[in-house]
Amino acid sequence: MDATAFKLAVRGHVNQALSLSLADVLAMPRVEVAAVNQCSGNSRGLFQPRVTGGQWANGAMGNARWTGVRLRDVLDRAGLKAGAVAVRFNGLDEPVVDGAPDFMKSLDIDHARDGEVMIAFAMNGEQLPLLNGFPLRLIVPGWYSTYWVKMLNDIEVLNAPDENYWMKTAYRIPDAPHASVKPGDSGFNTVPINRMVPRSFFTNVTDATTVKPGEAVAVRGIAFGGDCGVAQVEVSTDEGHNWQKTDLGRDEGAYSFRQWSTQLTAPQTGAMPLLVRCTNTKEEVQPAEANWNGGGFMRNVIERVQLRVA
Amino acid sequence: MSLSIGTIAYGAVVIAGVTLFTIGTPDQHERRTAPAAPAAAAETGKAAPAPSVATGGGTTLHSVSFDIPNGERTFPGGAAADAINNNCLACHSAGMVLTQPAVSRSVWQGEVDKMRNFYKAPVAAADVPAIVDYLAKLADRKSPAMSGPPAR
Repeated sequence: MDATAFKLAVRGHVNQALSLSLADVLAMPRVEVAAVNQCSGNSRGLFQPRVTGGQWANGAMGNARWTGVRLRDVLDRAGLKAGAVAVRFNGLDEPVVDGAPDFMKSLDIDHARDGEVMIAFAMNGEQLPLLNGFPLRLIVPGWYSTYWVKMLNDIEVLNAPDENYWMKTAYRIPDAPHASVKPGDSGFNTVPINRMVPRSFFTNVTDATTVKPGEAVAVRGIAFGGDCGVAQVEVSTDEGHNWQKTDLGRDEGAYSFRQWSTQLTAPQTGAMPLLVRCTNTKEEVQPAEANWNGGGFMRNVIERVQLRVA
Repeated sequence: MSLSIGTIAYGAVVIAGVTLFTIGTPDQHERRTAPAAPAAAAETGKAAPAPSVATGGGTTLHSVSFDIPNGERTFPGGAAADAINNNCLACHSAGMVLTQPAVSRSVWQGEVDKMRNFYKAPVAAADVPAIVDYLAKLADRKSPAMSGPPAR
């Protein structure tokens, strides 16, 4: 991957097609955002009943500080023609087999120009690792990772909705609350997967943790609001009848992980079941029941661990 | 690059943790150098040219050279696995398949059809029954990966 030869094309329904070098991109005004990058199918392996696809537990997500340029500034440099309705993104990766659908994703024009969607060249202050999309990747804060096209080298402005396989057929969710249907349901409308939903996790205790009767137990973890910030994170020690607020860590921005922590007291005997739930700044709270869809997308059920008391 | 949704996700593994071990820190300059035209260097006996970088706004991006390792894992089962080994490792790993939950024969048939129809997997129609048969019998192998939810 030659940093001097690489070119980012901007073409299609624009006034002037562009071919930007990395030096051109580096010379533009830059922005920075801390944002969670989460796979559409993160936690798919936990679906019940099970579904096919990458069998993730909860690890298909990460948080980083992304540095780059606004997509809007790149688009405005080319100039959008009247009638532009969407922007499609393509990376250097290609299918292994001729005729297979090349991976491309698109955003509608207002979203693309919102000033938050950006083209990153750095992750946590370093150039992008190859596996994270060197030299450029798209950052769509608050939306699932399928849109965060890696090795981004082609931006095409469209004057009609994108019909490509990866928007029209793949990565679609039921158009229903929590993107949830029942196994065996059919005939429901689908939409392209889009914004993320709130989630929270325990990071210092698991089902294998043992605590002493009556001891003080520090419990902590991370949370994120989805497509907006974290308003509060609460824990319950009685299977969700009562909830208590936790302390939130530093606010790194609406799209970032937020640390949470609290002190609890272990019971005298038996088990210590714990639930954690996040409410975001749009007052959306994690559901107590897990969603289900055939694609294994958008899981965000309240997480539970059960500590042993001994 | 791989084709299926899951495989793409599978390939984007190192996001969490944000490690640079694959590419190295800026100190590991040599590793980041794009390979010079190897033939030219061999002919002339000269050292590789200076690494190519792009700079601007106080930032330097270094060219990257990276050998993506090939997986060695194959489908177990001897002759019964011949059809799947010969057809299905071109695009994704055996692991991608072997970690799937235990689903019915008709679901496996649907997956193989998807591979051939949507992703243009070059699988001869004559090979499909043996592949579906192997997949349908995966649960019988009682692999821990096939039963119940995965370990957290």
